[in-house]
Amino acid sequence: MRFVDEYRDAEKARALAARIAALCEPGRQYTFMEVCGGHTHTIYKHGIEDYLPETVQLVHGPGCPVCVIPMGRVDDAIALAEQDDVIMTSFGDMMRVPGGRGSFFDSKANGADIRMVYSPLDALKVARANPEKQVVFMAIGFETTAPSSAMTVLRAAAEGLENFSIFCNHVTIIPAIKAILDSPDLRLDGFIGPGHVSTVIGCRPYEFIARDHGKPIAVAGFEPLDVLQAVYQLLLQLSEGRSEVENFYTRVVPWDGNRKALQAIGQVMELRPYFEWRGLGFISHSALRVKEEFASFDAERRFSVPGVRVADPKACQCGEVLKGVLKPWECKVFGTACTPETPIGTCMVSSEGACAAYYNFGRFSRERVKEATRA
Amino acid sequence: MSSDHRTDAPPRDVGEQRSADWAEEAVREAEQAEQAEQAEQAHPHGRGRTIREQDVLDRIDKARRRKAKVKEERITLAHGAGGKATQTLIEAVFLDAFRNPLLEPLDDGALLTVGDTRLAFTTDSFVVSPLFFNGGDIGDLAVNGTVNDLAVSGARPLALSAGFVLEEGFPVADLQRVVASMKAAAEAAGVSIATGDTKVVERGKADGMYVTTAGVGVVERPVTLGAAHAKPGDAVLVSGPIGDHGVTVMLARGELDIVSDLASDTAPLIGLVDTLLDGVPDPCSVHMMRDATRGGVATICNEVAKASQAAIVLDEDALPVRPEVNGACELLGIDPLYVACEGRMVVVVDGGAADDALAAMRSHPLGEGSRLIGRVKDDPPGLVLLKTGFGGTRIVDLLVGDPLPRIC
Repeated sequence: MRFVDEYRDAEKARALAARIAALCEPGRQYTFMEVCGGHTHTIYKHGIEDYLPETVQLVHGPGCPVCVIPMGRVDDAIALAEQDDVIMTSFGDMMRVPGGRGSFFDSKANGADIRMVYSPLDALKVARANPEKQVVFMAIGFETTAPSSAMTVLRAAAEGLENFSIFCNHVTIIPAIKAILDSPDLRLDGFIGPGHVSTVIGCRPYEFIARDHGKPIAVAGFEPLDVLQAVYQLLLQLSEGRSEVENFYTRVVPWDGNRKALQAIGQVMELRPYFEWRGLGFISHSALRVKEEFASFDAERRFSVPGVRVADPKACQCGEVLKGVLKPWECKVFGTACTPETPIGTCMVSSEGACAAYYNFGRFSRERVKEATRA
Repeated sequence: MSSDHRTDAPPRDVGEQRSADWAEEAVREAEQAEQAEQAEQAHPHGRGRTIREQDVLDRIDKARRRKAKVKEERITLAHGAGGKATQTLIEAVFLDAFRNPLLEPLDDGALLTVGDTRLAFTTDSFVVSPLFFNGGDIGDLAVNGTVNDLAVSGARPLALSAGFVLEEGFPVADLQRVVASMKAAAEAAGVSIATGDTKVVERGKADGMYVTTAGVGVVERPVTLGAAHAKPGDAVLVSGPIGDHGVTVMLARGELDIVSDLASDTAPLIGLVDTLLDGVPDPCSVHMMRDATRGGVATICNEVAKASQAAIVLDEDALPVRPEVNGACELLGIDPLYVACEGRMVVVVDGGAADDALAAMRSHPLGEGSRLIGRVKDDPPGLVLLKTGFGGTRIVDLLVGDPLPRIC
């Protein structure tokens, strides 16, 4: 496939891997976090870890949109969906995320009208087609998806649609990275910066990571060579004693971000004083809500939402996994009580979740695989 | 957006708090099962030299082998997607109740012996939406699906049944169109539709129409086929480009606003199967055939790996995928390995006969695009691995339900 195969070239990967190995100081351990779930997915889908020396470890960060949604918010969304005359619309990978009392799929089986859509504009189509119903869009994701939710609200307002609202669960990436950097058990040498988020916010917001925390960050795209190159550039910065923000996804990420997208977010949404993240707890100014001005498009204002907090199951260690303190397999319930069929933690739900990615794609011992894949 | 970010203690006004009871229950259950297993084993890990990650992998392996149990209170769409949820439902509900030697292998058809005659018997239901799509409709799917289940069981189809569930208000012209394509598909496969049934349900109780077909065929060659018969050293073949049908139907639903001239691959496979079995020196060197429907090639490989307790190692670069299919899958973040086909089969054949089998399949119009896509190995048993085009390795596991499009 054109424009994709170029970034999946095994020969280039081998050359890059050799340069990576040459940059590693003997006896030194390197731990890098890929912030974004899209990178986690790429790493496992293409088997990138096979190219890395054992001393270079990738830990999976909090940037999987469905993984950070707390159970209480899922329950609230289901409560909305189960009101009379409501059609709930949602992205596909939200459908299986469990709340305190089951998932969208379970609620749908119980009779709620919940429909999968590919974009919030599809939800708007559903609203136009069903004027007698109230259509709610389950808005989730980082700055990547927030602009499209905001634009959809603006369009609904322009059309004067009276039966459309969003249940806003948008979160912002910087406070989450900050929470990880402030965590006392932090053991990271650098970050692979989230590519999609950066197309919106640009690279400038990451400068504090390099400046105040002395950690290098390489913003990267989502093809396997992008990720491998980011690892190489992080090692290069470390070997040269630098800590800078470097952009290696210039084909789509402008340094200052996308002004139009940011304007749309700013016009429709504002920061919440605090928001609960699955596993990470309450982080202040880390999420967005709909502004008063657009109150009629805000499902939280339009309908009554229970707003009951659900405590994370005691055995669930999603927080530690999201912070990169634990590898997925180190969690007590990994693979036994918590599996992709019956996920307890959100990290096990989406294919971008660290636990699901490891369980689905990487659950084997390297030696046995080497043996099995030998020609 | 803000300068002050701190991890706070829960703000005072969060109010009431609950716990997720189902999750606590799941944890308790898993702990009990593990304790019971540990009590059975006197020395679980020898001298304790195994690394911890390996312990966890072993623990998972055991958990996966525990008796299947349906945890949901109600049927969800995932139970019909052909992945893990479907398998759990089949094993925990149907197999558990109906258990018998004919059903137990869970192959595409059951093998009955009447005197000296071996018969294959199979059934399949069709609920596709939309009913008509590029390259076919629910009618030829229903005939080809059952014909193919018989063909890959090594049988020559003798007769089919067709059961129709029609929704009040369904256009008769549409029904006639479906029936005409069933007739054409049956003729092409050389089989008659010998018996049938019709029911009509109230408006809103069916999606236009559903069709169930069943078929019986006779196994005339001395073949022993089945998912459990794959052996280390065998080759894994596929008869052509994968995922055409699944992507065609996704596009036909019109939700994606993508226009393509991609067509479903629905076709009867009997001719191809005959050519294959006649083209290898010994038909017994073919160990397994399956038509890759719901769940795609990945699901078949997993079923074979599990049933034969062998490993299957696939080569991503060898997988035949059309650029249009690849593009649509890439856009949605799904993997063509899991996308349905309706006229492709996966064949596991003795390594020594792989070249002959491939040449035979390629000599048939429906098998021109046949490729050798992988090998059967002995370890790790039950696992499907993929050598990625990028040069890495990953597991190709069963999906839980339908492949869900990713957000970003």
